[in-house]
Amino acid sequence: MARPLYSEPGDRIESIHPVTVSRYRGFIRANHWITAITLILLLISGLAFFHPSLYFLTGLFGGGQNARWLHPVIGVVLFVSFMVMFIQLWRLNLPTPDDRKWLSQIGDVVKGNEENLPELGKYNAGQKFIFWGMTILIVVLIVSGVMIWEQFFGELVTIPTRRWAVLTHSLAAVAIILVFILHVYAAFWTRGTLRAMTRGTVTGGWAYRHHRKWLRELAGRRQKGPAE
Amino acid sequence: MSETAPQPKTAASNPPVQPIASNLLPSDVVRISATKDVPQPERQLTKVAKLIDVSKCIGCKACQSACIEWNDTKPEVEENVGVYENPHDLTPNMFTLMRFTEWVNPETDNLEWLIRKDGCMHCEDPGCLKACPAPGAIVQYSNGIVDFIHENCIGCGYCVTGCPFDIPRISKVDHKSYKCTLCSDRVAVGQGPACAKACPTQAIVFGTKEDMIAHANDRVADLKSRGYDNAGIYDPPGVGGTHVFYVLHHADKPSIYDGLPDEPRISPVVEGWKGVTKTAGLAVMGVAAVGAAIHGIFARANKVDAHEEQEAEKLVQSGDGDGGSV
Ligand code: HEM
Ligand code: SF4
Ligand code: SF4
Ligand code: SF4
Repeated sequence: MARPLYSEPGDRIESIHPVTVSRYRGFIRANHWITAITLILLLISGLAFFHPSLYFLTGLFGGGQNARWLHPVIGVVLFVSFMVMFIQLWRLNLPTPDDRKWLSQIGDVVKGNEENLPELGKYNAGQKFIFWGMTILIVVLIVSGVMIWEQFFGELVTIPTRRWAVLTHSLAAVAIILVFILHVYAAFWTRGTLRAMTRGTVTGGWAYRHHRKWLRELAGRRQKGPAE
Repeated sequence: MSETAPQPKTAASNPPVQPIASNLLPSDVVRISATKDVPQPERQLTKVAKLIDVSKCIGCKACQSACIEWNDTKPEVEENVGVYENPHDLTPNMFTLMRFTEWVNPETDNLEWLIRKDGCMHCEDPGCLKACPAPGAIVQYSNGIVDFIHENCIGCGYCVTGCPFDIPRISKVDHKSYKCTLCSDRVAVGQGPACAKACPTQAIVFGTKEDMIAHANDRVADLKSRGYDNAGIYDPPGVGGTHVFYVLHHADKPSIYDGLPDEPRISPVVEGWKGVTKTAGLAVMGVAAVGAAIHGIFARANKVDAHEEQEAEKLVQSGDGDGGSV
């Protein structure tokens, strides 16, 4: 069977009265929480090294020495977990012509006038921006992070390279924290989104309002799709 | 503890026999890593310095032995690979190292054997201290000594990144950073550094910085009178001068001495990383976090209404699928 255009094969309408739509299954949700928790732990431990006024945060990890060795180890866990998510999500995050239209009407997005916006598949351009932003920044962070990982890779790069790596790492960290804030904020502001990551489902109205092409495709699949 | 130690003016004297109190106190600290607003010390200690006269060094490594002896370090026994450096590099257990270079002087076509005692330079503007994220892991005393306080060190290696001279080494055993202390524990009780004391030719001498500069100038004049026209002092201004400094017979070319940096300074990359990146980064993240929180609480949320829920039901029931009619 050809790949659906706007949805994952596993997405489906769970009930009709009221409509609830399954958006993420258990594995991807569990993995997303691993990504989220490791990112938060990295952000806290990293910020402790970033600025003296935040050094006290090392206390949450049992002191500076512990924070120092834990941070990069957690970084590797984040990287693996994110890459699994990347493989699952990249296809539907490719840009489409609708994204340009959506972006050109960003004013309506911010005002919440979604009736003026084009109908969208599973992700809008904002979500795609977060996806690709996270992808690029996590790759930059792991590459630069390994270069400054004294415990195991102290000899890997020359000291001048290491200086660039640590500068890059801290700039990328600032950037990913901004993306992270945007991500959490958007998920919270767009009411009804968070349950996609807790329960795995969204309401029909949510899908209709924000991702109507996605909903249409699922509705069509339900009609003609393989018997359940 | 009757008496406080005098500030040492030479490494040559022998220690007093009576018990003596330390004269290098926590209150003599002028800079502390990752700490702003260090209280101004009440007294200013005399600036000290160790002068290494490369032209007098015979490469005997008595200083290395003395350093190991005094600091009770145990450098690993390594393989001989046919070079004179032993060990092959500075290590967490070897704070100073004689580096040997065979250099052909293009003017005379003579082979010159250059021997430089490598180790911490005790910079007036220390890059290690600037880079260190752990409060109190690196301190600088008002006499110029830069010292690592190991119980505060977290082993991140930022000091390695910050140092223009490639000096600190992180132990694989306790994950703490080590380097020459300028024998701060000897200086505290009126003694000069162990290496200076052990040096049989007085290529290493210790005293007040002023005296050492005067002595170095004498040495440079002597070298010049003997044909070393480019003899000079290596006390690099890029790091504000150093409290370990050299007399070089070829002071115009420091890098021939096994890569002694020609114009050392704290790298602009490090300055940018520890400077504007931190202040701007913190500000931007703070504004974004607070702004998002306030906006999240007060702004009108993007809510789904009942009408949309009904529309969704209609859509699903009619099976208006596959993006067909819009
Ligand atoms: C992806 C894998 C990552 C690796 C391997 C890694 C590795 C490192 C290492 C080795 C350090 C030096 C301190 C230490 O030794 O613990 C460091 C510092 C830091 N990391 Fe990471 N890290 C990663 C991801 C992240 C992420 C996702 C963030 C942000 C949320 C982050 C934020 C920071 C910050 C802010 C610093 C301090 C930089 C500074 O002092 O300016 N890191 N990281
Ligand atoms: S030589 Fe390196 S380790 Fe020594 S004080 Fe200067 S910056 Fe610090
Ligand atoms: S390794 Fe220790 S001394 Fe060096 S920068 Fe890190 S905490 Fe400071
Ligand atoms: S001053 Fe002390 S610690 Fe430094 S090299 Fe000499 S003996 Fe070693």
